Amino acid sequence: MEERKESLVDKIGMPRIIIISFFLILLIAAVPLGLSFTGLLSDTIRRWAMYGILVLAMVPAVQSGIGLNFGISLGIVAGLLGATLSIQLGFSSPWISLFVALGFGTFFSIFLGIGYGQILNRVKGSEMTVSTYVGFSVIAFMNIVWLSLPFTSGELIWPLGGKGMRNTISLQSSYGEVLNNWLAFDIAGVRVPTGLILFFLGACFLVWLFMRSKTGVAMSATGANPTFTKSSGIETDRMRILGTMVSTMLGAIGIIIYSQSYGFLQLYNAPLMMGFHCVAAVLIGGATVSRAKISHVILGTFLFQGILTVALPVVNNLLPESNLSDVIRIIISNGIILYALSKTKGGSK
Amino acid sequence: MTEKFLLNMQNIEKEYFGNKVLKGVNLQIKPGEIHALMGENGAGKSTLMNVLFGMPVIHSTGGFEGTVEINGEQVEITSPQEAMEHGIGMVHQEFMLIPGFTITENIKVGREISKPTLSSKIFSKKLEELDIDSMRADAREDLRKTGLDIAEYVKVAGLPVGYMQFVEIAREIDKTGVKLLVFDEPTAVLTESEADNLLETMKKIAASGISIVFITHRLDEVMAVADSLTILRDGEFVTRIETKDTTVERIAELMIGRKTEKLVDDMEDDRVIDTNNIALSMKDYYVDMPGEEVKGLDLDIYKGEIFGIGGLAGQGKIGIPNGIMGLYKTEGEVKLFGESLNLDKLGEALSKGIAFVSEDRRGVGLLLDEPIYNNIAFSAMQIKGEFLKSYGLFRLFDVKQAKEHAEDMIKLFDIRTTGPSQEAGALSGGNQQKVCLARAITMKPDVLLVSEPTRGIDIGAKKLVLEYLVKINREQGITIVVVSSELVELRSVCDRIAIISDGKVNRILKPDSSDAEFGLAMAGAKGGE
Repeated sequence: MEERKESLVDKIGMPRIIIISFFLILLIAAVPLGLSFTGLLSDTIRRWAMYGILVLAMVPAVQSGIGLNFGISLGIVAGLLGATLSIQLGFSSPWISLFVALGFGTFFSIFLGIGYGQILNRVKGSEMTVSTYVGFSVIAFMNIVWLSLPFTSGELIWPLGGKGMRNTISLQSSYGEVLNNWLAFDIAGVRVPTGLILFFLGACFLVWLFMRSKTGVAMSATGANPTFTKSSGIETDRMRILGTMVSTMLGAIGIIIYSQSYGFLQLYNAPLMMGFHCVAAVLIGGATVSRAKISHVILGTFLFQGILTVALPVVNNLLPESNLSDVIRIIISNGIILYALSKTKGGSK
Repeated sequence: MTEKFLLNMQNIEKEYFGNKVLKGVNLQIKPGEIHALMGENGAGKSTLMNVLFGMPVIHSTGGFEGTVEINGEQVEITSPQEAMEHGIGMVHQEFMLIPGFTITENIKVGREISKPTLSSKIFSKKLEELDIDSMRADAREDLRKTGLDIAEYVKVAGLPVGYMQFVEIAREIDKTGVKLLVFDEPTAVLTESEADNLLETMKKIAASGISIVFITHRLDEVMAVADSLTILRDGEFVTRIETKDTTVERIAELMIGRKTEKLVDDMEDDRVIDTNNIALSMKDYYVDMPGEEVKGLDLDIYKGEIFGIGGLAGQGKIGIPNGIMGLYKTEGEVKLFGESLNLDKLGEALSKGIAFVSEDRRGVGLLLDEPIYNNIAFSAMQIKGEFLKSYGLFRLFDVKQAKEHAEDMIKLFDIRTTGPSQEAGALSGGNQQKVCLARAITMKPDVLLVSEPTRGIDIGAKKLVLEYLVKINREQGITIVVVSSELVELRSVCDRIAIISDGKVNRILKPDSSDAEFGLAMAGAKGGE
């Protein structure tokens, strides 16, 4: 009995047990504070599926050996570009609007991903530092682009100036919440966004299939031991580019799914720190800088989003009239990244 | 013992984690003599020097046994600093110089001469000014002693390698009270004329009363300068002799030693090796592998034989298989059964039927965090498309088939494991090596390159691995090339053995050739045949 207990702890990992307990304590604490238990749970589930694909994007990056992809903002802007293009084209059906956005987003992200992969091949050993800055730079660059793109749709541009895109774009008239509402149902007061969850799990399954294919196995091996892979006649640089590309693609798809659930597109500096949240989520799930699994994504996103969803209203209730909720969010996400990075050995392999 | 020794190390014993690397070694050096310390790689030379210098690696692993006497007084040296205080200096093989500093600064670093200034009088001695002139004068004097004709204000960066060696020597003799200098393979990186100069310098230094310990593999150099020599073999003290009482052949024989006991029992052998049927041929073959360069080698390996490649570390034997597998840049022509291989294309050799077991098991040979079945099936899946199963649109890795295959291999090689899903990194060295071999066999190769097959594995596993190599050679007709630092091993299993020296084949010998022949070929002696 004692042994089985120990192996369970080993399997889940001490940090996760602590975080799970923390999450449960928060949930219980929410009830006496008068917060809606079912409401919090609905929120947690929705945010879990909505962030999931962005977090999933970490898996191919980590497995191919480039480490945690802080530069996921590159995929995010590709997705945003796809989404704005789709709105500009003005489809009346939300489904067509969504899939056109996904199509364009994927298309852009493939090219960006390949170029990004080539950059990362030149900075082996310090990929994570470089990817952080690539992520920041691309946001700055896109700030100029958002202002100067010749889009004309009234949904997109500033109503007064007539030029340049808005900070926040409503998706009411395009594909907002189309997946969330598909086959959605309530159970005991908890809202289940079936379409969104199915899409997220479907994406996980596809990535899982890919990781089991010949190419996927070669890619994982590249991350685990590049010289081994090379001695088996595989071009490791190409595998790294592939991993980066798939990660960027998932980033593009991820932001579109995120935005449809959120109901708004956020341009300019909004995606700046999103990469950090994704990294934190996958690390909470049990991934390391060199190994990440789908299960880490599913568990990690649930815990990370769950804690944020529940902790903020609880803190706000305990300390009213304060701005602590945002501070807490920052402490949690950055604290987790710091903890996880300190657990890894060395920067390069 | 009537003679007086400057350094007298008696009965030195050292263990690394239960593995005895020094078994009662003696080293005695008279004042002002050049003493050669000889032995193959792994004979214990470096460990002995580490003991002498009190290196932390010795003391952090439990210290050593035996006594060290300097000038007849027993001493305890527990740090390189103390060794220096006792007047022992080292000329390193890799130069420990600061490239951006001048020669003077390099010689004097840490022992600068300074003169007081106003601020040093007020504050601390640390603020004294450097006395450049007297430092330069010292440096000039040191350089003169080494016979190097170069200005002392030149920066070290950009100096030819040979000069750096002399600067390093100059720095050591600049230390006041230095009585004993250790030269660790000083000529390995030098050209012939530079080496000759260095030997002259060593004689001069010895004549000035400083004793020299000269570590080298080159027998002719020993004969030229050493007064006496100590030979180690497998951590054992073989003998201490005067150079004048011996010959090159005798030294070579002593270094290799009578280790003729076969590691592998003879097996039935009905092979007929046709010397016209060449499996692998290399012509003017170069490999740019750092530390193991191959420089224009010609070699033919016949179909069906077990071919050994031996030689000392750093001579290029390891570079040969690594170049063929495309891991390092190569030049020249390599043919497999008469067909040229394009070695610039990664995976070319693998897809044409050459498999490779790397000498760097943990670095190159295995995915340590992955299960055994993945390690075994990986190459065959990637190169030959095996272990894949179609599911409509997708072709996925067939874990079930790979596991079954791994089970077979575990039985065949007697791999000690909890099952095919155990991580390769959790296995012992010998079992890891078996996994590497299993992966190579899974490729069903025509030619198998095995590099250092028994490095770091215990004697039982060693025997099993070697026996298996012989077995697949006899039964399946696979041509095997074994690269190894251990001559015993090569002589146990091989039909022919090429000794590599300076990136080329020195000689091709039979396993029953004499020890002296092997010794001479390893030491790079030219001629012979």
